[in-house]
Amino acid sequence: MNPEFVFSSDFWNWWIITLTLANILACWWLISWSSKKRPGEAASGAVTGHKWDGNLEEYNNPLPRWWLWLFYLTLVFALVYLALYPGLGKIPGILGWTPQKQYEREIASANATYGPLFAKFAQTPIPSLSKDPQAVKVGQRLFVNYCAGCHGSDAQGNPGFPNLTDNDWLYGGSAEAIETTILDGRSGVMPPWGAALGAKGVDQVSAYVRELSGQEADGAQAAAGKTLFASYCAACHGANGSGNQALGAPNLSDRIWLYGGSPSTLRETITKGRSGHMPAHRDFLGKDKVHVLAAYIYSLSGR
Amino acid sequence: MNAQATYNYKVVRQFTVMTIVWGIVGMLVGVLIAAELVWPQLSMNLPWLQFGRLRPLHTNAVIFAFGGSALFATSYYVVQRTCQTRLFGDKLAAFTFWGWTTVIVLAAITLPLGITTSKEYAELEWPIDLLITVVWVAYAIVFFGTIVKRRVKHIYVANWFYGAFILTVAVLHIVNSAELPVSMTKSYSVYPGAIDAMVQWWYGHNAVGFFLTAGFLGMMYYFVPKQAGRPVYSYRLSVVHFWALISTYMWAGPHHLHYTALPAWAQSLGMVFSLILLAPSWGGMINGIMTLSGAWHKLRTDPILKFLIVSLSFYGMSTFEGPMMSIKTVNALSHYTDWTIGHVHSGALGWVAMVSIGAVYFLIPRLFGREQMYSIRLIDWHFWMSTIGVVLYIVAMWIAGVMQGLMWRAVNDDGTLTYSFVESVQAMHPFYFVRFLGGALFLVGMLLMAYNVLKTVSGARPVDAPIAQTA
Repeated sequence: MNPEFVFSSDFWNWWIITLTLANILACWWLISWSSKKRPGEAASGAVTGHKWDGNLEEYNNPLPRWWLWLFYLTLVFALVYLALYPGLGKIPGILGWTPQKQYEREIASANATYGPLFAKFAQTPIPSLSKDPQAVKVGQRLFVNYCAGCHGSDAQGNPGFPNLTDNDWLYGGSAEAIETTILDGRSGVMPPWGAALGAKGVDQVSAYVRELSGQEADGAQAAAGKTLFASYCAACHGANGSGNQALGAPNLSDRIWLYGGSPSTLRETITKGRSGHMPAHRDFLGKDKVHVLAAYIYSLSGR
Repeated sequence: MNAQATYNYKVVRQFTVMTIVWGIVGMLVGVLIAAELVWPQLSMNLPWLQFGRLRPLHTNAVIFAFGGSALFATSYYVVQRTCQTRLFGDKLAAFTFWGWTTVIVLAAITLPLGITTSKEYAELEWPIDLLITVVWVAYAIVFFGTIVKRRVKHIYVANWFYGAFILTVAVLHIVNSAELPVSMTKSYSVYPGAIDAMVQWWYGHNAVGFFLTAGFLGMMYYFVPKQAGRPVYSYRLSVVHFWALISTYMWAGPHHLHYTALPAWAQSLGMVFSLILLAPSWGGMINGIMTLSGAWHKLRTDPILKFLIVSLSFYGMSTFEGPMMSIKTVNALSHYTDWTIGHVHSGALGWVAMVSIGAVYFLIPRLFGREQMYSIRLIDWHFWMSTIGVVLYIVAMWIAGVMQGLMWRAVNDDGTLTYSFVESVQAMHPFYFVRFLGGALFLVGMLLMAYNVLKTVSGARPVDAPIAQTA
């Protein structure tokens, strides 16, 4: 059964049908009854005879004709619309229209129109496609609508969202790696170490990480941090801190930072951990569009 | 003079003065956030100056503080005068004033601090919700108590609308604010997912229908015939449009949730009842404007009447625009764009604020024993500033909204979107500036009003009019 028409009980189905029709018909009755003149009523242009607050009175003019017809017209429209479309409880309407059907129709028609273009691009491997100006332009348009929200419209990233224009890659910069990232998404999780290391340990490890990347750091602290790094961090980030693309563990020995390399940000990262999430686009965009998108990303790092 | 032989004008005076004060505060916040959209650096990276925190403060201040005070003031005035009896429960009426003022002050503190339920127009947290409920029940007792002890047989049409507004807002507030508190400053709605969205917009749209429409129609039905010195155009029309309006408004909420997870049948009902709503809404406009027939010349010389009649024109315009925007194909373009913001403001500034301003200019001299306002010329200036301000605002938002809608749906010949979202934001810049100008002009008009009122009441003694003898 279409979920549009599921009710918790049949009572509610009839409740809706009854109330809806009753209200529409009551409006109909109200205007047809009150547009007729009844005996003993004040004539048009004469006051009703009631008086309030000294001088407040009321004429009893008839309902304006054009207004009456406007009212009838909307009532007729309502009844016709409810016969054609869903509205009266479970009754689906003569046209059988549902929002899902409309959506599916529009998607099917869009796929029929634009599908061949993307299917053609899908034939070309990404490295050569990234040199096709038309494909890159289409890829850029896809990028500004689906990716720019996190990575920025210039693709240079934001804190927590990597820069895609350099040659530093969390999960690899090969055509296949980029395409896989977009199709299936990525989850980069760094566990929190605050409890295990203690405040002092966090300070020491962050000093060592600063030193690794050639930034200013306290030498004694960094030396102590080096030992801790070997037992807590090296498993993912590597013994020399150069990272691991299989895990998406960032290289800590360069000056490129995902969340930031200042002492306070490093301390926060180590204490609380990080959780990065890139959503999967396989079902949403389809393989052919992702292929074009990947070609655009591939073109950005200037290869 | 014996207190019972006069009308209770004290509470009317308190609410009338606060209408002006809260109007200026609420619109000032509105102009500030409009400026932040033009010059984002104005928020100075302070959390409590951010658009997201000040926007609910603006909406709550203009709807519930400014609009609410105007409704309290005029309903208390109108129900006494048209029932020809003193307000029921002087102490209870005083409680509604101090209680409502407390609610507003609490809103002004908690919203910038980020304490919010995040339900639009119902952002205030549960302890404030409880206070609102108590004040509102007291309001209902005062209002309907006065109706019960009335000294004229028939209940005047303005009171039907005020009565419907008071009863319905009580129901809306209680149902939508059902929430589970987890601390003094945080609660969660009792409704899950799509049901919560539906309850929220059933509330939200009826807040428009009953707070901002029915309540202000009550205001219109007293002040328009009074200021024009003419009988209401059609008693029969008032009966028909009253019942049609209050029954169909109830259904219109789902048009805020077109093309969402809400089931299709609910979306359809929201749309067809919004369309049916066109004629009942226009019934009020016709009755108000046609009341002037035979007295059109008064519009040339009376700026208060200008405020009232132009407010009805804006009412007619936005109640035409609303049903059109509820049509699903139109909504597919207009939804989530600034067109909606423009639509709301043609109602809120053009209708609600202008009819309230007219009523306040009517009330101030009568409450303070003056012949008329200090300067009629300044009222005229105020009128033109407001009108031009609203027009600038809504035209800017129409263009901006349609442009956004078209930019978001434009596609290239490869099927990709022509514009990224940020390009549509960039394209809004000039229109946001015009909107800021329009809003600022409206605010300056309010300051003129404050000056005019100050000059009118300075040195005056508050007056409580004697109760008229029944015929």
